[in-house]
Amino acid sequence: MTAIPAPMGKFGQSVKRVEDSRLITGNGRYVDDLVLPGQTHAAFVRSAYAHARIGAIDVSAAAAMPGVVKILTGQDLVDGGLFALPSGWGLTSIDGTPARVGVHHALAVDTVRFVGEPVALVIAETRGQARDAADSVFVEYEELLAVVDMVAALGPDAPQLHPDIPSNRAFTWDIGNAEEADAAFARATRRVSIELRNNRLVPNAMEPRAINAEWRAYDGSMTIHLTHQNPIGMRVLFMMLLGLESENHLRVVSPDVGGGFGSKAPAYAEELAVAFAARAVGRPVKWTAERTESFLTDAHGRDHGTRAELAMDDEGRFLGLKVHTLANLGGYISTSNALVVSYMYATMLCGQYAIPAVHAVVEGVYTNTCPVDAYRGAGRPEAAYVIERLAHLAAREIGVDQAEIRRRNFVRAFPHQTPLVYCYDSGDYEGCLDAALRLADYAGFEQRRAEARARGKLRGTGLSAYVEACGIGPSKLLASLGGGGNMWESCEIRVQPAGSVEVLTGAHNHGQGHQTVYAQIISERFGIPMDRITVVQGDTDRIQAGTGTYGSRASVGLSAAVRSCDKIIEKGRQIVGYMLGIDPGAVDFADGIYTSAATNQTVAFTEMVHAAHAATQFPTDQLEPGLVATSFFDPPNFTYPAGVHVCEVEIDPETGVTEVVAFNAADDFGNVANPLIVEGQVHGGLTQGIAQALWENAVYDPDTAQLMTASYMDYGMPRADSLPEFGLAFWPSPTPVNPLGMKGCGEAGAIGSPPAVINAVCDALGIAHVDMPASPEKIWRLCQERQEAL
Amino acid sequence: MTDITLTVNGREHVVKTEDRTLLVHLLRDELRLTGAHVGCDTSQCGACTVHVDGKAVKSCTMLAVQADGSEILTIEGLANGRELHPMQAAFHEHHGLQCGFCTPGMIMMALDIARRHPSPDAATVRAELEGNLCRCTGYHNIVKAVVAGAQRMGEPA
Repeated sequence: MTAIPAPMGKFGQSVKRVEDSRLITGNGRYVDDLVLPGQTHAAFVRSAYAHARIGAIDVSAAAAMPGVVKILTGQDLVDGGLFALPSGWGLTSIDGTPARVGVHHALAVDTVRFVGEPVALVIAETRGQARDAADSVFVEYEELLAVVDMVAALGPDAPQLHPDIPSNRAFTWDIGNAEEADAAFARATRRVSIELRNNRLVPNAMEPRAINAEWRAYDGSMTIHLTHQNPIGMRVLFMMLLGLESENHLRVVSPDVGGGFGSKAPAYAEELAVAFAARAVGRPVKWTAERTESFLTDAHGRDHGTRAELAMDDEGRFLGLKVHTLANLGGYISTSNALVVSYMYATMLCGQYAIPAVHAVVEGVYTNTCPVDAYRGAGRPEAAYVIERLAHLAAREIGVDQAEIRRRNFVRAFPHQTPLVYCYDSGDYEGCLDAALRLADYAGFEQRRAEARARGKLRGTGLSAYVEACGIGPSKLLASLGGGGNMWESCEIRVQPAGSVEVLTGAHNHGQGHQTVYAQIISERFGIPMDRITVVQGDTDRIQAGTGTYGSRASVGLSAAVRSCDKIIEKGRQIVGYMLGIDPGAVDFADGIYTSAATNQTVAFTEMVHAAHAATQFPTDQLEPGLVATSFFDPPNFTYPAGVHVCEVEIDPETGVTEVVAFNAADDFGNVANPLIVEGQVHGGLTQGIAQALWENAVYDPDTAQLMTASYMDYGMPRADSLPEFGLAFWPSPTPVNPLGMKGCGEAGAIGSPPAVINAVCDALGIAHVDMPASPEKIWRLCQERQEAL
Repeated sequence: MTDITLTVNGREHVVKTEDRTLLVHLLRDELRLTGAHVGCDTSQCGACTVHVDGKAVKSCTMLAVQADGSEILTIEGLANGRELHPMQAAFHEHHGLQCGFCTPGMIMMALDIARRHPSPDAATVRAELEGNLCRCTGYHNIVKAVVAGAQRMGEPA
């Protein structure tokens, strides 16, 4: 039996997590754990049809059932003044027109556009009563033709989802320079092209979405307990959509959140409807998604169809790139998706390579499927997949090794302005490649291939060199691309009289270990043990400002924390100056102790803290008592983490089963605050990426648009027995864009790994391409064709 | 409604429950032991794993009335104040958790694995964890934690 000790923090050390103790003892507090006085429960009536006109809704039988408090329909919400869900990003088409945004009501009015879309909401005394009554609400539907395939949706025979949006096309957006790209292709002597699908994924955070909303009629205010990555952002949005008077009329609390991966960043229809319901019934209303509801309605990820072409010279030097992508938006544009499919995606299409001329077009297409939004990597995995599959084909075309084709094209000088808006801050791509090749014993691969061959297995190796944009973000740059700015992060540090420290951050931890890393960094700066530091997050009544956690942006909040530490230390210097009767400029601070070299006197940090609060040793008309500092950090640029992943697979040609037998990754995350935590982030990301490449796939029936993979029985989740042990190395080039030199690590694994796996599968089979997921059936068929060809 | 008697973490409870109530909902909603989590509706994820009469059971696969007369151990029953059970300590030591949602089920399953395989190797642990889903860790550190935790449980205290 052991208790968790309280270490001193140090940047760069694998300090064990301080948040673990509550989570490993069953004392985590997730939204569904909360029961409020007067609690009621909500259940949704959902459309079984993918596309239908809504006729009469008969709630009379349901309303008479035991425990039913209220039943709401879409029309009730509209009549009650609830606004529709917005698209959070202003994207402009090539022709200068704004993206066409289909109206998205919290509960469908007139028309449903995907299976599972909520149509009505039942509030009852118990969860069971709400469910029973929801099953007794009768909705008349006039079924319409549904469309799943994007090409079909754009075609003349497709049903139109939104009344004012012909061809189901929300936008046709481009980036880069078409003329320059054409000129590069005209010059090129070699070219490779590909058509690929980036398969649709279901995020599957293990904690389902949940909300518990509480209305206070006496002052017209509301508290929402919400599983969310960005409670502060949701406060502003829900305040506006619900028509509440001002920010202080809405408190949003996101306590322990069981994973997000992007899927807990959007504003969702269900949560908005429940918040509305809480006001309508005057009692707290709770809803927790069942897993089937999560499959049907949590914003899905990816789902691109892409044609891409790479122009080269005879030595395989990349001259130009053309990309055309259809992005499946689903039935509506989810909160951040217009950003995800444009500037989060196409800006990264050059990857690690110096490609002078690029043009990319993205068409956003509505289909009768669940809306798509950010999912771990959010656009960047799709870009890495395009360029890294092309790089693999380029090596084949030129007849050089996978590593060599990349070496010939790496960006080698930083900062590097790409032709796609972004400017890479720092990196050492070739050093990272070599580190990955050493880790993977790349030189020994052909021997392993031969050994596998003797066992009847087809072994292949695949490389992927990814780069991504993290540390969101530079507010002004993002605003210039169509956002609203406001992408900084804040951190307030309050030092208490007895020496403990409260840290308030607008970032939100849902597994990333923020509590530990904030405490680690502040412990080191102040020279106090980590258990004296409490990190407060996720409660808009306590946190002044912030923008949440997504896009591997912890470095932004931590940078704000560093600045607040500096302010506290500086004020301490002033106080110590008075205490010792010397010039503050002559006071040094290190390891928790203020020292005066001149007088050889010392004052411990904790003594200074007492003095700051006692306010007896300095003139309070010249220096205020107390020790509180707030900082806002707005980074001047994104950070650009990069790395090289090396995958080895073995394929059993008899069964078509692909096994990942080795996976090694060398990553440049800049400075690494806590290797233990960062490695954990990479393990999780790699697993999601490997799973995308081999198993995961959200499949809609092409005719009925029913989701065929709506449970863990049908959807290929990665399991412990299907994965290898990972080999990891860090190859850091610290970034200059923040004071810690950190680049971010949360999404990298999911970005680099899918092309590494597919490149390995293609290498094993000697084929140009296979779409993800490389399922046993697909691979078995390819093996049969290969056999016939031999 | 049916009256049932069950012992949970050493304490006897007499509760009235609907016949359709699942054990996990009884634990969470009636007894307010919220450590067992509901992560799916098809008994696939294992977040609700508890011990019933000494064996790991997904508490969503069992009606509460079926647990009448049983001894239940949940994640809340493992630690003694600040003193962690060796398996809990191993999850902490090896960073075997991130968001923590699957963790109670993982730890309860890990104890069952340790009971049946006193010194399991990584391959055994991976095979045995097939019924517990984690979306954060890629299982890498969970496997390490279970191997180490089982090892420590076998050592003299």
